[in-house]
Amino acid sequence: MGVGIQVEHLNAWFGKTQALRDINIQIAGNHATAVIGPSGCGKSTFVRCLNRMHETIPDARATGRVRIGELDVYNGTSAVAIRRRIGMVFQKPNPFPTMSIFGNVAAGLRLNGFRNRKRTAEIVERSLRYSALWEEVKDIMHKKSGASLSGGQQQRLCIARALAVEPEVLLMDEPCSALDPISTGKIEELIFQLKEQFTIVIVTHNMQQASRVAEFTGFFLLGNLIEFDKTEKIFTTPSDKRTEDYITGRFG
Amino acid sequence: MPEHSVTAELGLSATPVSWWRRAKNVTVTFAALGAVILVLLPLGAVFGYLVYKGIGSINWAFLTQSPKPVGEPGGGMANAIAGTVLILGIASSFGVPIGIGAGIYLAEYGRNRFGNLIRFTADVLNGVPSIVVGIVAYGLVVLSQRHFSALAGGVALAIMMIPIITRATEEMLLLVPNTVREAAYGLGVSRWRTTISITLRTATSGVITGVMLAFARVAGETAPLLFTAFGNQYWNWKLNQPTAALSLQIFVYAISPFDEWHRQAWAGALILIVLIVVSIMAVRIAASRGMMKGAN
Repeated sequence: MGVGIQVEHLNAWFGKTQALRDINIQIAGNHATAVIGPSGCGKSTFVRCLNRMHETIPDARATGRVRIGELDVYNGTSAVAIRRRIGMVFQKPNPFPTMSIFGNVAAGLRLNGFRNRKRTAEIVERSLRYSALWEEVKDIMHKKSGASLSGGQQQRLCIARALAVEPEVLLMDEPCSALDPISTGKIEELIFQLKEQFTIVIVTHNMQQASRVAEFTGFFLLGNLIEFDKTEKIFTTPSDKRTEDYITGRFG
Repeated sequence: MPEHSVTAELGLSATPVSWWRRAKNVTVTFAALGAVILVLLPLGAVFGYLVYKGIGSINWAFLTQSPKPVGEPGGGMANAIAGTVLILGIASSFGVPIGIGAGIYLAEYGRNRFGNLIRFTADVLNGVPSIVVGIVAYGLVVLSQRHFSALAGGVALAIMMIPIITRATEEMLLLVPNTVREAAYGLGVSRWRTTISITLRTATSGVITGVMLAFARVAGETAPLLFTAFGNQYWNWKLNQPTAALSLQIFVYAISPFDEWHRQAWAGALILIVLIVVSIMAVRIAASRGMMKGAN
């Protein structure tokens, strides 16, 4: 079941450059929340702070408080344990090239020491069904490498892989930016279904996409969270001038 | 050509490719082909000459018997073949894990001054003359054991393998895109597990190439074995006893004054090359079994 996310006074740096400034936000469970803003505004950094992927980059650090459900992300829990409960889908599809399609989906379970073959097969099937890939790959999933699929299929494979470890939150960092409109449509449909089960945070450059899939939208600019509200409100009657300028295409 | 193409719009489609462009194309293609032939020629020549000179002396006795005393015809290099296999086995079982381990460290954790120091050391070690490596193994193993031995020979060759494998492993791991590591981290896989099960596995074929390169490089080495393995006219399977090796045997036979020994030296050289080629092919075939179809 999806859980809510509370972020308080989150700051993030790359070396001496501050990428996020005092972010406070409450993300509702079992909903999709979009993060928009111009390039370099810190939206990717923001989601990468939620599962502590930010700190895998040399010289990068973050301060502040992030709570996912009852879990205190930056206090007393290891980054590895956090990431098991928060799935992530990246901008470019990144299946493991040496593994089969099945192996890719099972990777999260196997690499974390899960050995029950029957259960693994069940979870793989369920995850592939979730990501609407099952029908396309069920006959080839043991023989073909994950890298042999098309870009859109690879991205849905990556979603299935993230879902297989049964996370509570799914972070998506521009998941459709490398895909054509048809694949994009499929993934958006998927997001619609997934938010019944998971909390979704999606970074996107595409404002139509934000308005299509998300109930809430946050607008970032130069490392600050300018405005966070219901998606409808952001796109129709934003309360900040800068938000209005951005969504009407005056900059960014 | 389709009508709507840009070249057609610009009125260029009717222009044939100029003779000058075609001439350049042909020239460069043939130059590349010539380069390939120049690369393959020495290899073919060496192998052909070895077969020509050596094949006549290869018979069942050569492959199954140890050398006969001077003047007695017949005998073979079976003990030297076994010795080479033994010494290479020892060298690989030290050299491969240490080399790969060091390569992993350099690629995944070694972005610091200590890493640079290791990198520099490996490059210098790679350039150390093999005879000097032999002296080091002599000092380390032979003197402390008070014996020439297969172990000492193996250690000498391992020392030569390590820097080659280390640098090759590092290069190959660095070629693995960071997005693949991130995918594993994102699944909650720990860093060491990611390195072993994802990064190293993705780079497997490249790492194997590095290992094979190192193996082939040391398989024919003679100098480091002169005062470590030392050579032996008889069978030996003990790690702490002097052991024959093909390269040593070839060396001794080639500088001898006997025609019979010269012929056997040629045959030994042929066997050595075949041994190297066969083991490289075996490893390649074994490794390609585990690979996924369609993986790049």
